[in-house]
Amino acid sequence: MRMNTRTLSAAVFAAVLLVSVAGCKKKAPAPAPPPPAPPPKVEEPPKPPAVRIDSFTAEPRSIERGQSATLRWSVANATDISIDQNVGAVQANGTRQVFPSDSTTYTLAATGPGGTDSRSVTVDVSSPPPPPPPKAPPPKISGAEMLGREAQDAYFDYDKSDIREDARQVLTRDADLLKRIFAGDPNFTVVIEGHCDERGSAEYNLGLGDRRATAAKDFLVQLGVPSDRLKTISYGKERPVCTEANEECYQRNRRAHLSPGQ
Amino acid sequence: MKTKLTAVCAVAVALFSAGALLLTGQEIRGTITQGERPSIAVPDFRGSGDAQRVMNTFNETLWNELANSGVLSMRAKSMYSIDVPQQPSDFRPPTTSPPLRRGEAPRTVRNGPWLTDWSGPPVSAAYLAFGYTAVQGGRLVLFGWLYNVAQPDPASAQVIGKLYFGSVDNEGAKNVAREFAADILRQFGAQSLAGTKIYFVSDRTGYKEIWSMDYDGSNQQQLTNYKSTSSMPAVSPDGSLFAFTTYAQGNPKIMVYSAQTRKRLPFYNPVSSMVATPEFTADGHILFSAAIDRWAQICIANGDGSQMRRISNVHAIEVSPRVNPKTGRDILFISGRSGGQQLWRMAMEGTDLERLTSGEGDVANPSWNPNGQTIAFAWTRGYEPGNFNIFIMDIAKREPIQLTQNSGRNENPWWAPDGNHLVFSSKRGSTTQIYTMLADGTNVQRLTTQGNNTQPVWAKGIN
Repeated sequence: MRMNTRTLSAAVFAAVLLVSVAGCKKKAPAPAPPPPAPPPKVEEPPKPPAVRIDSFTAEPRSIERGQSATLRWSVANATDISIDQNVGAVQANGTRQVFPSDSTTYTLAATGPGGTDSRSVTVDVSSPPPPPPPKAPPPKISGAEMLGREAQDAYFDYDKSDIREDARQVLTRDADLLKRIFAGDPNFTVVIEGHCDERGSAEYNLGLGDRRATAAKDFLVQLGVPSDRLKTISYGKERPVCTEANEECYQRNRRAHLSPGQ
Repeated sequence: MKTKLTAVCAVAVALFSAGALLLTGQEIRGTITQGERPSIAVPDFRGSGDAQRVMNTFNETLWNELANSGVLSMRAKSMYSIDVPQQPSDFRPPTTSPPLRRGEAPRTVRNGPWLTDWSGPPVSAAYLAFGYTAVQGGRLVLFGWLYNVAQPDPASAQVIGKLYFGSVDNEGAKNVAREFAADILRQFGAQSLAGTKIYFVSDRTGYKEIWSMDYDGSNQQQLTNYKSTSSMPAVSPDGSLFAFTTYAQGNPKIMVYSAQTRKRLPFYNPVSSMVATPEFTADGHILFSAAIDRWAQICIANGDGSQMRRISNVHAIEVSPRVNPKTGRDILFISGRSGGQQLWRMAMEGTDLERLTSGEGDVANPSWNPNGQTIAFAWTRGYEPGNFNIFIMDIAKREPIQLTQNSGRNENPWWAPDGNHLVFSSKRGSTTQIYTMLADGTNVQRLTTQGNNTQPVWAKGIN
């Protein structure tokens, strides 16, 4: 029934309208209808602000392969922000470290109600020079080398095997050296050679050289050098370091000398 | 007056000094010959036929053997009669003729060689060696005689009359001369050195090796070849073994060899940083110095090194043990027990210790005379350290006699088996060489030339 009413209203309205039109035509011009009422004044909805990419940079712009560059961006008014080259969606402000293997252009795309925007930045990648050869490991100094370089001879008085004051100092340094060498090489042994100047007899000097080597060994052992790493040998006057007949040369030959063991 | 007194004093001092020197000289000589040396004339021998070709060698060898023995006074050949006998039948007694004028003494008429040609002036010899050689049956035969020319006739003058045989060459001539000389020397209580050997150390190959040579420097032979340092040789009293100290296996050790085969024999060294200065005893033991308890000490062991026993026990260096060849009971050795390097003596058991040198200087290398009474050693007494000289000393008298002086560094004296000679090493130029001399310091002869030659040991040869 309700539908009927509506249909009726429409019909009436149509009739009226028809009459009106007919009447106009047939009759003298009728007064102009009032202008349509102005549409009710409604506020135009505000236009959405434009998407704005404030910055999109790569730092540094050029790198060598294997190095990294940092992308840095700042975007306003965007709802979806992404960077291609598999970087993916990102926040409005941020940084991202990238490791391009070749020169690559990164495009930042921003979309928002106010539109879209994009900006690109290119990171140039150059091939690095061939890597330098691997550095040689720091040279490992052998115990024998250290001994030869750093050990000092202990000197003695004529026909004596007492450890003199200067020999004490030398042997104390030698003891430290030996401990370092032994710590670095558990198999290293040292031979303490006893030597004499040429003046005594060959026979007695053999005993004297043995005595000097033993005295030097005893001193080193007292300072904590393990005695089982030290051997002694007397060379008497068989192996002089000089042969001049003067006290300077005699003194150089009256010595205990450290040499690597077998 | 005062001047005169001073002069008198000076003369007195000079006379006294001269007397002292003379006395010393006699003592030295006495050590060798116990008296005046007998004089001998040794005219050149001649050979018949082919034998003459080797007579230069023969005569040189015979002369040197006798001259170098030190027991004979050789009468100079320039004084000899030209009428030299070659066999006993050559002697012709002089005859006496009446004087030509009345009142003069009867004349002595010379009929040929005679004893007085040699016993009288200018030769004035006590002995005459003569003879000749010939080739018989392919052999060189020496007919040799020794006459005591003080006797009145040849029959009573003959001391030696003997045949000697050798090959018909220089070697054979040398051998028969040596045998004849040995027989002559034996008459005077002296021993020929022929056949004896001198062991020594030579570096002529670039390494110190043990060598041997004949007593006169001939026949030098290398005995070891370790290309290391081998030194300090010793020889057993019978000459059959030699030992030495060597670095061939690292630390100094002793090795023992057969002199005959020149092969190494077993010798077990004690565990020690040093085993050195070997010495053989007559009863087959070996003495040596070994570092025991931090000091080189005198030790004794069996001939193979077993059952080692320490003899000395002191905190001092002790080396060079030398056992008395006569008694086998006491040992000379070098010890630092009183400070310095001095000569000591002790009994085999290490008891009865006594120092034989004064404490001055350094002493080294003791050696026994075969008589077990006289010793030789090197000493720096009166000189700077290292300036060794050769001394000999009667062990009872304790009066050292210096044999070398102002002739380089002299070491390692060793008595010859004859007890009259010494061999020693001396550095008289840039190298050290081996020399022999008589025990009075005379008749010095150099035996070596190549490289440095040291530490001689004079030993009996082996047959």
